[in-house]
Amino acid sequence: MDGGGGGGEVASAEAGPPALLDWKFSQVFGERTAGEEVQEVDIISAIEFDKSGDHLATGDRGGRVVLFERTDSKEHGRNRRDLERMDYSDGRHPEFRYKTEFQSHEPEFDYLKSLEIEEKINKIRWCQAANGALFLLSTNDKTIKFWKVQEKKVKKLSDMNADTFKGAGNSSVASSSISSGLKQGLANGSYTDRSNNSLSNALSFPPGGIPSLRLPVVTSSETNLVARCRRVYAHAHDYHINSISNNSDGETFISADDLRVNLWNLEICNQSFNIVDVKPTNMEDLTEVITSAEFHPTHCNMLAYSSSKGSIRLIDLRQSALCDSHSKLFEEQEAPGSRSFFTEIIASISDIKFARDGRYILSRDYMTLKLWDINMDSGPVSTFQVHEHLRPKLCDLYENDSIFDKFECCLSGDGQRVATGSYSNLFRVFGRGPGSTEATTLEASKNPMRRQVQAPSRPSRSLGSSITRVVRRGAESPGVDANGNSFDFTTKLLHLAWHPSENSIACAAANSLYMYYA
Amino acid sequence: MAMVDEPLYPIAVLIDELKNDDIQLRLNSIRRLSTIARALGEERTRKELIPFLSENNDDDDEVLLAMAEELGVFIPYVGGVEHAHVLLPPLETLCTVEETCVRDKAVESLCRVGSQMKESNLVDSFIPLVKRLAAGEWFTARVSACGLCHIAYPSASEMLKTELRSIYSQLCQDDMPMVRRAAAANLGKFASTVEASYLKSDIMSMFEDLTQDDQDSVRLLAVEGCAALGKLLDPQDCVGHILPVIVNFSQDKSWRVRYMVANQLYELCEAVGPEPTRTDLVPAYVRILRDNEAEVRIAAAGKVTKFCRIVNPELAIQHILPCVKELSSDSSQHVRSALASVIMGMAPVLGKDATIEQLLPIFLSLLKDEFPDVRLNIISKLDQVNQVIGIDLLSQSLLPAIVELAEDRHWRVRLAIIEYIPLLASQLGVGFFDDKLGALCMQWLQDKVYSIRDAAANNLKRLAEEFGPEWAMQHIVPQVLDMINNPHYLYRMTVLRSIALLAPVMGSEITCSHLLPVMVTASKDRVPNIKFNVAKVLQSMIPIVDHSVVEKSVRPSLVELAEDPDVDVRFFANQALQSIDHVMMS
Repeated sequence: MDGGGGGGEVASAEAGPPALLDWKFSQVFGERTAGEEVQEVDIISAIEFDKSGDHLATGDRGGRVVLFERTDSKEHGRNRRDLERMDYSDGRHPEFRYKTEFQSHEPEFDYLKSLEIEEKINKIRWCQAANGALFLLSTNDKTIKFWKVQEKKVKKLSDMNADTFKGAGNSSVASSSISSGLKQGLANGSYTDRSNNSLSNALSFPPGGIPSLRLPVVTSSETNLVARCRRVYAHAHDYHINSISNNSDGETFISADDLRVNLWNLEICNQSFNIVDVKPTNMEDLTEVITSAEFHPTHCNMLAYSSSKGSIRLIDLRQSALCDSHSKLFEEQEAPGSRSFFTEIIASISDIKFARDGRYILSRDYMTLKLWDINMDSGPVSTFQVHEHLRPKLCDLYENDSIFDKFECCLSGDGQRVATGSYSNLFRVFGRGPGSTEATTLEASKNPMRRQVQAPSRPSRSLGSSITRVVRRGAESPGVDANGNSFDFTTKLLHLAWHPSENSIACAAANSLYMYYA
Repeated sequence: MAMVDEPLYPIAVLIDELKNDDIQLRLNSIRRLSTIARALGEERTRKELIPFLSENNDDDDEVLLAMAEELGVFIPYVGGVEHAHVLLPPLETLCTVEETCVRDKAVESLCRVGSQMKESNLVDSFIPLVKRLAAGEWFTARVSACGLCHIAYPSASEMLKTELRSIYSQLCQDDMPMVRRAAAANLGKFASTVEASYLKSDIMSMFEDLTQDDQDSVRLLAVEGCAALGKLLDPQDCVGHILPVIVNFSQDKSWRVRYMVANQLYELCEAVGPEPTRTDLVPAYVRILRDNEAEVRIAAAGKVTKFCRIVNPELAIQHILPCVKELSSDSSQHVRSALASVIMGMAPVLGKDATIEQLLPIFLSLLKDEFPDVRLNIISKLDQVNQVIGIDLLSQSLLPAIVELAEDRHWRVRLAIIEYIPLLASQLGVGFFDDKLGALCMQWLQDKVYSIRDAAANNLKRLAEEFGPEWAMQHIVPQVLDMINNPHYLYRMTVLRSIALLAPVMGSEITCSHLLPVMVTASKDRVPNIKFNVAKVLQSMIPIVDHSVVEKSVRPSLVELAEDPDVDVRFFANQALQSIDHVMMS
């Protein structure tokens, strides 16, 4: 068995029908230098592309949101997309640059419940852009915020009336510093001498107005990106918010915590409607919690949420105001006899995503990725093994809590491929087309294809460029099992996102954002 | 030496502060834009101020909102109607901002300006503006365009009218749901300006598109359009075009759409006329009253009276009343509560017989509802039933309900019922009141919750006003004064409060003979809080009682209190003494 656990599949995939993607490193932001300690607050906790794919946002544990914008020229436009489909490779691929960042959330303290509220960004969702301004929602455990990021002119004022008046009012003092006739670009301190003043009374204005009054002249050349928090949606969740999702109607969104899903209007931040409540009257009867929720990409009335028991429920907002009863349930029957202590834990779904066309839902549990057709609730249409090689180690994983890691998943824009993260900063990409056996394992480093086929006896530090390997925290040593396989459970790749229209993936390895293209 | 007039300084500052860093100062300046405009004169307002404002569009929303509002009434400051068009550019930019409330206000102001503009100016500048917005790159501009078409349309030439109709039709099919929502919301307004011949063709096809939109939020707003369009069409077309849509909507898959229908249905009845109402809308309404979504039933139950007023009594008794009966025992308390708040209004509609026979049992069951809001809603509308069936029939069930509410464990419920007591008293009359409710009113004075005691004191005052001082002298004053010996000082405070409130109603004589002596005694209380409250009450009595009485009994008490060891007591006593002196001087 090799380290990646997927080497064999990759080899066989070469013969598969759709062309195997050749992933290449594109960019890295926040790369660590060798030996640099990762600051807890810098660890990325959310990644999201906007609908156009021209912007990318990341959130981190320090409550910051960082925005990136696409720089590769847009003049190629749609044409380029078509060219790329035809395997036309001129080496062009999405490239991003740092745009701006802002502090979205601050650590808080809930005095009523004696609880600290972390500033960590759990999710980011982009909203409809307007007038060149970007809008996004960000949330920590309790509070959702609506942000507007916009270029603002830097105001420079001149020609103030008060300057004249200051000069006039304190003429004895000011006379020495009068610089007559000069219009200075300063807002204060420039005393200009004005003559030919009207002698009229201020309270009864002459028909022609008072010529001595001037409007301030604004000279602004520079612009500045400013992020402003427009709305705060707070105090609606008793438990930790795990998801937010925009509705296709452009005016509402949902937020989900462990037991409830609330519906908000973007413009109204002081009321929300509870649409799903799975809280039992007696908390001792609690067996299942909500782990993730998402709106259908086009049907405004449909939303899906996943649970810790491995089921996905599709609900129809049209049916009733309280959607405690689902309209569809997607669940896989467990194979008889396979039950163990870990069955329920590893069945828990950590993330769900609708495919862009809205027909498929991708779910991630601890061991697998599953793709569901919303028209077929008997079972998943495909299952992709991600962590099957970890099955013998579940006990260790349970002991060091890794078994509760929440990996995200994503689909490509065309819905033909799916991807998810793993340990040792690896992530895997699968082809989902019929007959496709594409299964690629990549490492979030500058050399993504440096796969684990290397000699297991030298598990790490083989290359200087493998920065992600060099730094380890504390006493937790990488899990090197009897066979010499290494899994570094401290370097896990939880968050990743697929560009909406191109084969480009952004993924987070601790505090670094790696981008790949194919 | 030439100098600027000092009086000009404030206005100069005002102008400068249009660009101050402090948003409050900017807001202040924008709100006084008219003053600035007058100071600059009409011509410079047109040539300098308005262009200046047009560029000032990346300000905070509060400032933009104020600006949008000011510009709506700015015509006089730019030189009257012939120059009104200069106001369009700044308002146009405001129509494109992202914040909805700013945009709405800008559209409102544009409509206001546009409706005063000369026809030629409308054609030259307003219509091009609408077209620009409708073709805007961002949805925000297109949303605003939807709200302006109805101003532009009437003065447009035939050709432009055709163009405007097609623009509106495009807006109805926009990619963005926000734009389609705005188009749906404004369709009625636009339709009212369109000629009848196009109404049936163009407008109705837009309307039909909207009613079949995928987005629930668009269909919701199309429901509202039904009533507006229905009123524009003649009854025959209304039955042909609107009625089927309404009937469809009443069975829409989305409960929110049905909810809107429930809210709108009675207006539609007026539009379609009596016969289709009987055949189609009453069944639709009955369906909605029995909807399986509680929210829809709440909306429907709340309209039951309005609906019954439109249809004739027989129909109401035959079709609606059975549903009302079901709703009165609905599983959702909110449905029952909504029903209880309007059901009283049905009594005059149904007439005495039907009310006694059919409605009374429903009233009575709602009066016994386990949910206090339901009972309160019934009691608050009691006057309406009283007119029809008289109080005698009701009183038997009424009283237990009131007593139960009066002792409800939620103080807000108790508070609500106290507030209805004066109304009930006037309805029930003195006799009934004395027997049953008098004791309750006294009981509330000793409630554990301050708000209740306070409300109880107020209630006594209002009762005294209702039944007159003589009655109060018999039924309220002695009981209240007895309580001054209550061992707990908080209850004694309630007495003070009651006395303070009652004194003006009771008049000078009773105050001197009964209330004042109690106050004098209370001024020797051992609790300072009582003592300084006595001082306050005494102060309030000064204008009521005779001057000699003030000197004889009020002043000595206050003088004594003014030497109290407690600083607060001294303070209030001195204040009262000062006000005596003040009254004497004047």
